[in-house]
Amino acid sequence: MMEMNPPANSPAPNELGSSLGKAPEKRRRFDRKARLRWSNRMFRILCIGSAAFVCLVLFCILVLMLRTGVLTFADVSLKEFFFSTNWDPENEHYGALTFILGTFALTGLTMLMAIPLSVIIAVFLAEMTPKWLRRLLRPVLDLLVGIPSVVYGYLGLTVLIPWLRDLSGRDLADGLLAASIVLTIMVLPTISRISDDAISAVPNKYRDAAYALGTNRFQTITRVVLPAARGGIMYAVILGMTRAIGETMAVVMVIGNTAQLPTSLFTPTAVLTSNIVMQISSVEFDSIWNHGLYMMGFILLAISILMIVAVRMLQKRGGRHL
Amino acid sequence: MSVKREVNPATAYSFGKRRSSSAWMDRLFTGTVWGVGIIVILFIVGLLFLLLQKGLPMLSWDFLYGVPSEIEEGGGIGPALFNSFYVLILSLLISIPIGLAAGIYLAEFAPNNKLIEVVRICVEGLSSVPSIIFGLFGIALFVEYFEIGLTILGAAVSLAFLNLPVLTRVTEEAVRAVPTELRNGSFALGATHLQTIRQVVLPVALNGIMTGICLTAGRAFGESAVIILTAGVSTSGEMWDFNLLSPGGTLAVHLWYIQSEAIVPDAEQIAQKSTAVLIFVVLLINILFRVPLWFNSRKNQM
Repeated sequence: MMEMNPPANSPAPNELGSSLGKAPEKRRRFDRKARLRWSNRMFRILCIGSAAFVCLVLFCILVLMLRTGVLTFADVSLKEFFFSTNWDPENEHYGALTFILGTFALTGLTMLMAIPLSVIIAVFLAEMTPKWLRRLLRPVLDLLVGIPSVVYGYLGLTVLIPWLRDLSGRDLADGLLAASIVLTIMVLPTISRISDDAISAVPNKYRDAAYALGTNRFQTITRVVLPAARGGIMYAVILGMTRAIGETMAVVMVIGNTAQLPTSLFTPTAVLTSNIVMQISSVEFDSIWNHGLYMMGFILLAISILMIVAVRMLQKRGGRHL
Repeated sequence: MSVKREVNPATAYSFGKRRSSSAWMDRLFTGTVWGVGIIVILFIVGLLFLLLQKGLPMLSWDFLYGVPSEIEEGGGIGPALFNSFYVLILSLLISIPIGLAAGIYLAEFAPNNKLIEVVRICVEGLSSVPSIIFGLFGIALFVEYFEIGLTILGAAVSLAFLNLPVLTRVTEEAVRAVPTELRNGSFALGATHLQTIRQVVLPVALNGIMTGICLTAGRAFGESAVIILTAGVSTSGEMWDFNLLSPGGTLAVHLWYIQSEAIVPDAEQIAQKSTAVLIFVVLLINILFRVPLWFNSRKNQM
């Protein structure tokens, strides 16, 4: 709207609507123009207010998490919190390393399974399926994105864990493997749908040029299409990772919730989110225990914001490339 | 992206062994992708279908309407189901107007400076923050500061905060995607900014906004971590309890509770049936909101 030539008497180019409101000398108090001007201004104020409110909420969350979390270090040393694996609040041991490592291990394992599968599904959807199948499958994946996480947790608990128990021959199958399979099922639709969009957005002329050079489909996809869609696929993967890191209920149901370092894929363990949700309701607000839990929340918050900033930078770079 | 470098034209002319091996690779690749694609999608859909199939035939009105019981068999999910919708509607009532207005501000009014850029990054960052953070915030705000305990009100507001960044972002993107020509046309007819937004920009952006609302509604309906922290796992045990200050365990929370902590003998059936209801409602929300949009977009394309 900047290209428009504002009338000579208009006050500012970006307030186009107000050009009507150059008041003539004799004007009743609430005629149409005045009303329009008033509602226009009110709407603008309303919008600014809402935006400010959103910022305020976000700011409050950041400050609150940080402030409550930092109180932990009044009683617990930084070294103990970050480098000890002994989490035993009843006996004043507050080492959160187990949960931090657990979160990273779980996310890593999930991504190890989810990335190859999702990229294959994305290629399948974008490059190989006939049109009718694509029209059918895309909405199905969209619906899968919306299935509540607690349902996936229930699925893991009732279907997956008995299978794993039979396969591994152990009495207990709760642990990293079960949790990461559940998370893979959960993030797979997200990652593959966004990657699918990224692959579909690669201009057809790239493909035509590759085919014209005599390549077959395998070579075209792996050497031309996937590199061209790399930015979008990275974006999808990072979004999937934030989801996997922050997922709570699905993980709580299958991971076993024991504060110990996992020695195998089938050892019950705990991650940041599951530990917070299992313990928060039973502690006093002003206790070190609670502050420790808030600190864990802040770690989660910091990880996911860092990842989003990474996405932003990636997008900026990718945008210049394409 | 240098395409030329990556595709070596010489390979196209090399007949014989190399060509047959690459053709073989191509066939193998095609087979793998088809196989993996079909199997994985069928696997996931099959699992969900299994859950629906186990639960749906057992559903009855008594179950949907009934009051849950702690010890005996035959409890229903009435209050939990009611709370789910009640909390969902309350949170949408709070978050939709604010989220839409904030999104419109960012897309239409906001100046292009560093501050707004920071705000944008914040909104984007917080739209993917783990939901449990909002739960912790809700506890600090409602349980500790206002001291009202675990309530429906706390859950609805926390959930609204969870949805706010997502709604803001979706609205901003949808409004930004409206072509400038449409706005200019409207201004040229003498419309004010408000009239332009209301009658030109929003109708065009409606498709994107509705998809966003539908996504957040589905997410809010199935959200459980926030609700456990701010509304507790129990309900008041009465049907149609509109009191904002009563405990507000929703269906998703109830499923978790039944599965992990309840002692009723028929917990397994209740969990199966609740799962089926949850999936069914989420599918229904999606279909109700989206099918008209699919038709809409198909019409626009032609």
